[in-house]
Amino acid sequence: MDAASAMPLLEVRGCRQSYHKDSSADLLVLDNVNVSIASGEIVGLLGRSGSGKSTLLRIVAGLLTPTAGEVLWQGKPVTGPAAGVAMVFQSFALFPWLTVQENVELGLEAQGIARDEREQRGEAAIDLIGLGGYASAYPKELSGGMRQRVGLARALVVHPDLLLMDEPFSALDVLTAETLRTDLIDLWSEGKLPVKSVLIVTHNIEEAVLLCDRILVFSSNPGRVASELTVPFAHPRNRLDPAFRQMVDDIYALMTRRVPVPTHAATAASPAQDVTFATPLHPVSTNLLAGLIETLAGAPYDGRADLPALAGTLQLEADELLPLGEALQLLNLGVLEEGDIKLTDIGRDFALGDTDSRKTIFASALRAHVPLVSAIRRTLDERWNHRASAVRFRDELEDHMSPDYAEDTLRTAIAWGRYAELYNYDEEAAQFSLEDIDTAA
Amino acid sequence: MTNTVHPALAMGRRLPNLWDAVAFLCVIGLILAFAHVTPDTFKPLDAPKALEIDLDPSNLPNYALRTTMRMFAALAASLVFTFTYAPLAAKSRRGRLVMVPLLDVLQSVPILGFLSFTTVFFMGLFPGKVAGLELAAIFAVFTSQAWNMAFSFYQSLTTLPADLDEVTRSFRLTGWQRFWRLEVPFGMPGLVWNMMLSMSGGWFFVVAAEAITLGDNKWTLPGIGSYVSVALERRDLSAVLWAILTMLAVILLYDQLLFRPLVAWSAKFRFEIVAGATAQEPWLLRTLRRTRVLRLAGGVMVDALSRVGTLRLGGPARAARAEGAARPSRAADVVFAAVVGVVVLAALWKIVSFIASNNVGLLDVAEAFALGGVTLVRVMVLIALASLFWVPVGVWLGLRPVWSRRVQVVAQFLAAFPANLLFPIFVVLIVRFHLNSDIFLTPLMILGTQWYILFNVVAGASAFPGDLQEVAKNFRVGGWLWWRRVILPGIFPFYVTGAITASGGSWNAAIVSEVASWGDNKLSAHGLGAYIAHATDAGDFPRIVLGVAVMSLFVVSINRVLWRPLYSYATRRLTL
Repeated sequence: MDAASAMPLLEVRGCRQSYHKDSSADLLVLDNVNVSIASGEIVGLLGRSGSGKSTLLRIVAGLLTPTAGEVLWQGKPVTGPAAGVAMVFQSFALFPWLTVQENVELGLEAQGIARDEREQRGEAAIDLIGLGGYASAYPKELSGGMRQRVGLARALVVHPDLLLMDEPFSALDVLTAETLRTDLIDLWSEGKLPVKSVLIVTHNIEEAVLLCDRILVFSSNPGRVASELTVPFAHPRNRLDPAFRQMVDDIYALMTRRVPVPTHAATAASPAQDVTFATPLHPVSTNLLAGLIETLAGAPYDGRADLPALAGTLQLEADELLPLGEALQLLNLGVLEEGDIKLTDIGRDFALGDTDSRKTIFASALRAHVPLVSAIRRTLDERWNHRASAVRFRDELEDHMSPDYAEDTLRTAIAWGRYAELYNYDEEAAQFSLEDIDTAA
Repeated sequence: MTNTVHPALAMGRRLPNLWDAVAFLCVIGLILAFAHVTPDTFKPLDAPKALEIDLDPSNLPNYALRTTMRMFAALAASLVFTFTYAPLAAKSRRGRLVMVPLLDVLQSVPILGFLSFTTVFFMGLFPGKVAGLELAAIFAVFTSQAWNMAFSFYQSLTTLPADLDEVTRSFRLTGWQRFWRLEVPFGMPGLVWNMMLSMSGGWFFVVAAEAITLGDNKWTLPGIGSYVSVALERRDLSAVLWAILTMLAVILLYDQLLFRPLVAWSAKFRFEIVAGATAQEPWLLRTLRRTRVLRLAGGVMVDALSRVGTLRLGGPARAARAEGAARPSRAADVVFAAVVGVVVLAALWKIVSFIASNNVGLLDVAEAFALGGVTLVRVMVLIALASLFWVPVGVWLGLRPVWSRRVQVVAQFLAAFPANLLFPIFVVLIVRFHLNSDIFLTPLMILGTQWYILFNVVAGASAFPGDLQEVAKNFRVGGWLWWRRVILPGIFPFYVTGAITASGGSWNAAIVSEVASWGDNKLSAHGLGAYIAHATDAGDFPRIVLGVAVMSLFVVSINRVLWRPLYSYATRRLTL
């Protein structure tokens, strides 16, 4: 790593990002984020989906202007996409009507580089990334892994100082992703990547520990850098190394802590998060929840499991398992603590119950712990025709969060409430009702 | 052709709002402005030699060529319009408020009714010259093509994939580069498809626009359309048949040389990352790709084009503000509202003063509306009859892959054929057997447009998933239940698309099909189309304007009240 005295390549200072909705409290996506990237390091932004890490990446890329705070690229404020920064996209984002070669040359074309040089550099990048022979192919002829290699070549060909990667391997299957990671690290270690630093966004804890020199763990609601870890291992790293495993475990524990670790001591006394009407709900299916409860109740876990181990067994990534765990916690069916997940007594009752008693347990858990669901039901009970439009709840939610979040939250409330038979929902009319609902319950 | 999205209907908006009213008023005001300049230039043109039509069939290739050139000139104009209007509408929040409803209304204005004004207008621009007539004909075709092409491109521009948008911004492509690298290619499949529909419709209008009668003046611009109209006057059936034959050849050539290759080529721009089943390569494209000389020539051309497309014109994009964070400027809003207000007032004033000075009474308006009702009944009955016939046929054909491919080609071909060339044959029969023209002129309206129903239903049935068919067989779902529960819901979105196109085309066709003539025999049915046609013959501007306005109102209302809800229901509930 370079000397600490050198000017950082990139600096984000006091960055805040919020969604405005007229005349109401802002939903903070990012709050007071400070990041600095030096030359010669791979930095990981690790966090749950919705923690604002992709937003931060887009701010760094100059695609988005932060609400407050500043971004300095090589000492100068960023006002738009900077030369010297290139991005690799989660969805690959290749142009289906351009060949591999044309896709790769896109950034050079934008710089107005002469055709001969363009072709030559394009071919070099294609060869470097292991796509030789595919130059004239169209993206649809390629597998996912090959496509992401094109995405990588497209970014590398402009010789960026900073390579941004937005969950670059999350759309790939496990084996392909591993191959790409290894290739990337090999090129990096051998100094063949024409970049100074890499900033990679991921929700995969192992991936972060495998690739990065430094990991910034993000907390959600609002997105903050909850902690910063230095990965001491040399490349190539061994996933089975006990020290590696320990680090993965530690990060799980960090990410399941109830109150995010405050970045400075002054706010250490922040109260536990209260669930309100406007707490965003993650769209988690009731089938998955029931499945998780059954798994936890059964052998060998008997009500308590270590999250990394459970994730491995269930083949779920941290990003998929944690929302499930949090949903259980929200409903008081389970508890997350220090990297473990534990069933509560109510959770055990749920596991033992038949379909009807499960629904009853779920219904009372919803009414007790999810204000949005109980508000919907209350409104229906009060109306003479027992009907209510979903639009009004969506509007209310949008006062507190982005439209996407509001949509997710409302969908989740609809799905959970339907499963619990608390209310019915007519998709066509976008209306809640108590039709076919046993209101005596 | 399974991607038959009707661009105007894909929008969520259904009920008419204030902006529709604004657009409607502006369009009517514009028509009146046209009409206002015209009476001054309303003097007989010295018929030059250039406008004489010779019925000798050996002239037909020449006429056909001239007609075709007009088509291409109009197509070029439509493309230019599309590439300017749609980006403007898509990129300006305020512009969009007016420009989109405006397109929607323009789409519903019966072009043939409008023809008389534009002809006189363009002849006023070039007094005594053929150029004016040429431009008028080209303009007529342009108005039949441009709106839905612009709509389709606008639709594409508002649904650009977010990640590709980010790529162009993060790699700092300039606005110009972005346009040619992202926006045009992404819009290409929809644009080509709509171009094809437009061209098909265009033949109808170019044929009608070549021979124009207004009051005592009659102009014939050399071309197939005027050839037929002269043949009608002289009761020359064999000439009519020769013209039909020529048109068949022209359409066949155009289909084979232009559209099959174009559609196949545009498939490359489909935004799907998975390799789909690819249709057979048309022979022309195959030849182009395989012949060395042609490939070389094509390569040079593509090269030159891509050089233009990659020019670094305009600056790279700036960072975007987060959603809702950008506060629009109040002042600009006020200015915008003021400009719109002034335009609307001007249009209103134009309309009011027009009504006042021409004594168009309430009675006239009532008459126009009543006749509009008659034409509405015609269109609806015809669509219903055509559906009853073509839906079962289309389903039968569509479920048989071998047949469906052939029928698709034939039906598209028939849809492109200008049905007005066939009218004389019907007219001769009606005259010969003294049939009731109120009933027997009616089928002419749908002669050319019924094929849209057929080929959309065939497309729908052939896209019907095999596993659902197997489910139906497995549970022995048969008879009426099969139609009701299985196939009709399955093809419904396709059917609606076809029916909309057919209905829109029929309204336009009403103007030429509710009146027909064979020599001195003039047949006429009751309806708004005949009303407009008679007013045109009499050179009665107030009545033409009234007729056109009422017809536009009918078409817009039917779209909003019937077709758009049906379409959105179909896409919400019945899309697989």
